[in-house]
Amino acid sequence: MTRLSALDLRVAPRRRRREAIVRAAFAGTAGLTVVISGAIVLSLVGNAVSFIAQVDLGALWSDGWFPRRGMYDIKTIVAGTLIIASIAMLVAAPLGIATALYLSEYAGRRTRSILKPVLELLAAIPSVVLGFFSLTWISPNLIQALTDAPLFSMASAGIAVGILVTPLVSSVAEDAMHAVPDYLREASYGLGARRRTTSVRVVVPAAVSGIVAALLLGVSRAIGETMIVAIAAGATGGSLFGLNPLEPGQTMTAAMTALAIGSDQVRGAALTFESLFLVGLLLFLMTLALNLASEAFVRRVRRQY
Amino acid sequence: MSAASSPSTADLVALRLRSGGFDWQSYVLHGAMLLAMLLALGILLVLLADVAVKALPVLTQRPLDFLTSDLSSRPARAGIAQGLVGSLLLVLFVAFLALPIGVGAAVYLEEYARDTPITRFVRTNIRNLAGVPAIVYGLLGLAVFVTLLGLGEILVVGGLTLAILVLPIVVITTSEALRAVPASIREAALGVGATRWETVRNHVVPYAAPGILTGTILSLARAFGETAPLLMVGAVAGTFSVHGGLIEQLTGPYTALPTIVFNWAGQPQDEFRSLTAATIVVLVAVILLVNGTAILLRNRYDRRW
Repeated sequence: MTRLSALDLRVAPRRRRREAIVRAAFAGTAGLTVVISGAIVLSLVGNAVSFIAQVDLGALWSDGWFPRRGMYDIKTIVAGTLIIASIAMLVAAPLGIATALYLSEYAGRRTRSILKPVLELLAAIPSVVLGFFSLTWISPNLIQALTDAPLFSMASAGIAVGILVTPLVSSVAEDAMHAVPDYLREASYGLGARRRTTSVRVVVPAAVSGIVAALLLGVSRAIGETMIVAIAAGATGGSLFGLNPLEPGQTMTAAMTALAIGSDQVRGAALTFESLFLVGLLLFLMTLALNLASEAFVRRVRRQY
Repeated sequence: MSAASSPSTADLVALRLRSGGFDWQSYVLHGAMLLAMLLALGILLVLLADVAVKALPVLTQRPLDFLTSDLSSRPARAGIAQGLVGSLLLVLFVAFLALPIGVGAAVYLEEYARDTPITRFVRTNIRNLAGVPAIVYGLLGLAVFVTLLGLGEILVVGGLTLAILVLPIVVITTSEALRAVPASIREAALGVGATRWETVRNHVVPYAAPGILTGTILSLARAFGETAPLLMVGAVAGTFSVHGGLIEQLTGPYTALPTIVFNWAGQPQDEFRSLTAATIVVLVAVILLVNGTAILLRNRYDRRW
């Protein structure tokens, strides 16, 4: 009678070798994602540092953003970015949260199964398309009908960015409301509360971390949005510092595209190529901070329930 | 004597229960939510209708000519053939690069990796990569592929940049699909002596396939509509040759549908409005078709374990 030992149960050498190769290949692909992050950070920091080393630091705080004239006023494009992001959130926050609350607490099964895909389709519309829509519909029919703003304005671009961000806010906020356990709702109804009271006083407070996460993610998306601003906010070449949303303005992203597609090559004028990367680094850090904060809030929801 | 049994409280409760007065606040809340919902959907409809109406002149007078003509500064002869070919090549490039790498990384993280600090770092890193603004990927492509490797502004570089852009999305959606496959499937396969790789290939991936497929289809649609990174790495409309050989096309200057939209949206002549709108109709039709199919597929194969 032969006795089996652990050796007999071992996988055949060929299978084991193949196993090791496959494992290594998969690990390599996962490692590649880290390499990509490293490459992003290195290329941004490297070029930004070389820009700061060469530029006259006074040019970073002047009257406006005119890179081809050597004026790199950071506050102009940061202010433009924040104004457009604020307008976008004025649109996206109420629309997104109300839509999420409706889908999560009020809509029946059938309504949900129709509305959710439609929202996903809205989310799939490319941002160039919304930029064109902003310039040819929102601006003349909304902004110019109500005010005497020019065709290109930060307001019309901001509203379009808000439309772009709404499906994102609504879907993250709805996930958070969906995660609120049913016993909280049942307890509320059991005490005789109405659906309105249950939604507003029980579900929303319980999901507040997730709603904040949704809003932070929305702001991050709005700050990074490029094409709408490049098409509809005006100020392609440069812009003076300005805070009026009914005027054309320059954002960080639009400033970058304007530099990259300018009639002369990106590498043409003295420091314009490097200046791209300082703006890019700033944008990267802002969105990263918002995304990390948003993720911390989402984790809080998960820990609670 | 406790408060609950005092006559005044009992009377109050009775009054409240019997009154059932008109709760206007509930109606206001419900109305506001419906309004938000309608606005979100209305915007989608207005956008589609507006673009379709603006596109009518081109789409009715010369639909085929528009699809098969080259770009031109003369509106009456301009077409989008180069954009169609360019976008198709770009998406194919993304499919062949991002999908295998992305699925591989997801399989490693979900099926192979143990829960170590390094794995957690890789996961967090991928989530953050997904939140990096698209234009920053354009900067990466510009710094690494165009300048550092000296490839120049060619189609391959655009494809590489887009592939890196959608990679984290592919990893995240594939991870979700793999996580939805119950552990019992894996345990059954491992229990009869299958290796990790055999388990993954023959059991886990087939069950997760519908989820992986919809996720990847959606990420390809995303790549199809992405504009900003392509502008950074030089998808300038005009010189892309559709008539040369494949190698020539891959290593030469190129253009894509969304960058044509951007270019034409900036043209002052009214004829270009209609051309831009017609290009958007083609772009959005493809994207809505692809997304619609993906959503249907997902709902159809949505499996509850």
